[in-house]
Amino acid sequence: MAERERKQKPAPKEREEVVDEEVTAKSERGEKLKDDIDDLLDEIDSVLEDNAEEFVRSYVQKGGQ
Amino acid sequence: MTVPKIVGIETEYGVALRGAPEPNPVVASSLLINGYVEQRRIGWDFEDETPGRDARGFARDGAQPPEIETHLVNAVLTNGARYYVDHAHPEYSTPECADPLEATLFDKAGERILARSMDAARRLLPDGQEIVVYKNNSDGKGNSYGCHENYLVDRNVPFAALVRNLIPWFVTRQVFTGAGKVGSENGADACDYQISQRSDFFEEEVGLETTLKRPIINTRDEPHADPQKYRRLHVIVGDANLCEVATFLKIGTTAIVLAMIEDGFIDKDLSISSPVTAIKTVSHDITLQATVDSASLGRCTSIELQWEFLRLARKYADETGLECCGPEAIGNLVLDRWEAVLGALESDPTSLDGQLDWVTKLELLRAYADRDDLRWNDPKLELLAVQYHDVRPGRSLYEKLVRGGRIERLLDEDDVIAAMADPPVSTRAYFRGTCLARWADSVVAANWDSLVLDVGIDPLRRIPMMEPTRGSKEHVAELFGQVSTPRQLVERLTAS
Repeated sequence: MAERERKQKPAPKEREEVVDEEVTAKSERGEKLKDDIDDLLDEIDSVLEDNAEEFVRSYVQKGGQ
Repeated sequence: MTVPKIVGIETEYGVALRGAPEPNPVVASSLLINGYVEQRRIGWDFEDETPGRDARGFARDGAQPPEIETHLVNAVLTNGARYYVDHAHPEYSTPECADPLEATLFDKAGERILARSMDAARRLLPDGQEIVVYKNNSDGKGNSYGCHENYLVDRNVPFAALVRNLIPWFVTRQVFTGAGKVGSENGADACDYQISQRSDFFEEEVGLETTLKRPIINTRDEPHADPQKYRRLHVIVGDANLCEVATFLKIGTTAIVLAMIEDGFIDKDLSISSPVTAIKTVSHDITLQATVDSASLGRCTSIELQWEFLRLARKYADETGLECCGPEAIGNLVLDRWEAVLGALESDPTSLDGQLDWVTKLELLRAYADRDDLRWNDPKLELLAVQYHDVRPGRSLYEKLVRGGRIERLLDEDDVIAAMADPPVSTRAYFRGTCLARWADSVVAANWDSLVLDVGIDPLRRIPMMEPTRGSKEHVAELFGQVSTPRQLVERLTAS
């Protein structure tokens, strides 16, 4: 039983390394995601209607079902 | 007994005429359609339209059915769709489709048709003017316009059974069908952002109206098919979706629920109290923790009630099969995606960014608000929320997300383009569309359930199409191969 548990769980040092790798991978992914979103928002800025206030005010749709 | 779930989606698009001194939405809508329809326009035949007939079997008292504006532009397309001006909006009705994926395809083809119409209209307008359309359902100022679903239903099912089971269905399905909206309208409680575009506008449980005091269950009884055998359930409570996953689930799950109702399979009382209040409560709570009061489940969240519908649907699929909803693989895909979406809504709704419109739009607005430190009442967020639905490929924020690979697609774009011109093969839309493609000049009028042909000699010949599954490619491809004129077609049809 004890033998099996030892095999399943990595030694403490190994576990730390695994965790480190995970954290690094995660933060890299997070950075990339953030870069992607920043790029996307910049792109959206380039196509967004000029005057938000005027756009919202004039967007009126009567006579719908 | 369940009947094949033939389905169609009608979408009223928001329309804006930019740069004109006195913008008129009816004129703008007409320009779009006239611009698109290059071939001779085919008039729509209003003879069989009876929007005032009530499915509950009694004459209306004081209710106002919509007026049919026969003078407005009205076209039938070679893909079997109807494209017309309804009130003050351009409206595209998909052809009759045989399964939810096909309905999603022809709904998406409609967006491409509107995009091409805008290009065509631009050539007809003076410099500096442009028509822009939006696939959404609200202007944020208390005006709504619809995206209606239509399902073929067995006439023998008591309407009361539909009402009883569908009200809790429509109140809770918005957790995946909602297209998302900033703020509230029509006297509803204030909120920053809500799940549905439409829910604020529903004031009655059951009724005939579509433009005021909108009911959760609309009773319009206009089958556009053999009235002895069929109903057409006219669903007005849904949002227009851009995400293909959302459209697919909206149609697929509702078709399965209808099949269960037709077969008397729902064996418990799923009704909820105060549905008109509940539909807003559910829509206004993006944490999805709000509860409804269910007769058999007690106080439960919308997702818990959805799990109960899914449990019944799985059992129904095991015992009866889902043939009525199209190919087996598609029915199974509906069940699997439905389950996955409910699970994700429970564990992490943001993981549905790119699948459901309300989540996708919310995540976009949040990212933008974070970057620019905006509050929910900032006009910029409202602008983003509307422009998400812009149908121009270069301006649509939804399409930006698609091109950025952030939206899951179910459709092949080549199929979407083909569906702008070619009809579905498994319904009578195939017959209608093929006649139009081959003999547009001889088609005097077209309706959902008939076609009038000028065969060169008097009288005009009306071809009834009362059976929505007849006239499919399987039925008529051979016949079309053997005739070369409308007259030969009519002769063959009357001889058989």
